Amino acid sequence: MDVLQRKIRVLVAKPGLDGHDRGAKVVARAYRDAGMEVIYTGLHQTPEQIVEAALQEDVDVVGLSILSGAHNTLVPRVIDRLRQEGLNDVMVVVGGIIPEDDAARLRELGVKAVFGPGTPTQEIVDFTRDHVRSR
Amino acid sequence: MTELALAVRSGDRRALARAISLVESQSEDAHRLLADLWQYTAASLVVGLTGAPGVGKSTLVDGLARAYAKAGRRVGVLAIDPSSPFSGGALLGDRIRMDDPDPRVFIRSLATRGHLGGVNRALGGAIALMAAAGHDLVLVETVGAGQSEVEIMSHADLTVVVLMPGLGDDIQANKAGILEIGDLFVVNKADLPGADLTVREIRSMLSLVDKERALVPITKTIATQGEGIDALLAAIDAFGRNPEERMLQHSRRLQQADRRLGEALAELVVAKIKSSAGPGHWEAAVEQIAARRLDPEGAARELLRPTIEEA
Ligand SMILES: Nc1nc2c(ncn2[C@@H]2O[C@H](COP(=O)(O)OP(=O)(O)O)[C@@H](O)[C@H]2O)c(=O)[nH]1
Ligand SMILES: [Mg+2]
Repeated sequence: MDVLQRKIRVLVAKPGLDGHDRGAKVVARAYRDAGMEVIYTGLHQTPEQIVEAALQEDVDVVGLSILSGAHNTLVPRVIDRLRQEGLNDVMVVVGGIIPEDDAARLRELGVKAVFGPGTPTQEIVDFTRDHVRSR
Repeated sequence: MTELALAVRSGDRRALARAISLVESQSEDAHRLLADLWQYTAASLVVGLTGAPGVGKSTLVDGLARAYAKAGRRVGVLAIDPSSPFSGGALLGDRIRMDDPDPRVFIRSLATRGHLGGVNRALGGAIALMAAAGHDLVLVETVGAGQSEVEIMSHADLTVVVLMPGLGDDIQANKAGILEIGDLFVVNKADLPGADLTVREIRSMLSLVDKERALVPITKTIATQGEGIDALLAAIDAFGRNPEERMLQHSRRLQQADRRLGEALAELVVAKIKSSAGPGHWEAAVEQIAARRLDPEGAARELLRPTIEEA
């Protein structure tokens, strides 16, 4: 496929119950300003909804923003579900308040990067662009 | 047929998603795909929804998609949002939210990618793919601004113009555009004061356009409460059943085909000439036109001559 014409598409999602999506929105806008197409799903999404949206929108990247502390249950469910749907080439990144031990475990499960609070958006954008799998 | 085309036909959701990306990228593979599938795209009813930002289009689309899926039918939704002219990126925030992903509903957000009219350049292809994948209804939500409202007509069998109470002045200002393209009018947010007045205003403005326009259906809805959705669906369905309107759909598809043939041919000719005229030829002509040494049509004729003689 023509690589030049292919835009990077990112799904920014907020699974779980916490109601703060300011961080997710800031990251979504940063991706847009870097020339990517961003689908923002809004609050309180289930892993099933997130993966279905990722599938239909044919995204390259799923960004999960989790502040509720439920990352240890939510992230593995998203990853399992992505695999079930055959979306193995979708890159997953996670943002939020996540202890280093947990972050290491998430990376083992296949999360490409975990961004803590205060990570400059430019760093997130650059990392995403550099690591997204070209297809 | 290619494997991808077969997979789209069989209703494979992931194949459909990939196929739409392919069409968005305007590649040669995309053309082959659409050529294979075009013959299977006649049966779906394509409904465009347009109207100013904030009138409730997305909420209505959500309600329509749910109601239609509940009746056992399959719905494709295409939601179009503008790309940023500066970065080329886009924030596609309007994806409607089915509580449980319903296998009968497929939703895809499209960015305009710099296409002037606002309607995605690849929209025709995306609609065709949704139809070939077996969706009975394809709903297209367009950014409600200026030209795109008119452009949606070149893709939709039926155009729904969405308004809300208190927009009387908007309609006035926009009369030519909005009043002439609507096959159905919806006054959403009927829970707000002034809905009946808005209905009357639309009715009287329509009757000023011409006698036939005076009969265009106007439905009141409260999208957030699901009120009026069934009536709107019935009006949409009636459009597909009523023979007179089916004729309209037929002649509209002829007009659309005419326009799309013209567009496709123009694009091919330009691409062929750019590649065959030799390096720098096109750019030189552009400079000459800008400097007023050549007129645009004269330059075009000049560029076209060798191609036509060769054919
Ligand atoms: N009061 C009222 N608000 C509505 C109704 N329908 C939609 N809205 C609200 O209007 C806002 C814009 O709706 P949206 O569907 O995003 O509009 P769009 O920009 O045309 O797609 C949202 O806050 C909706 O909840 C309605 O029938 N009544
Ligand atoms: Mg909308």
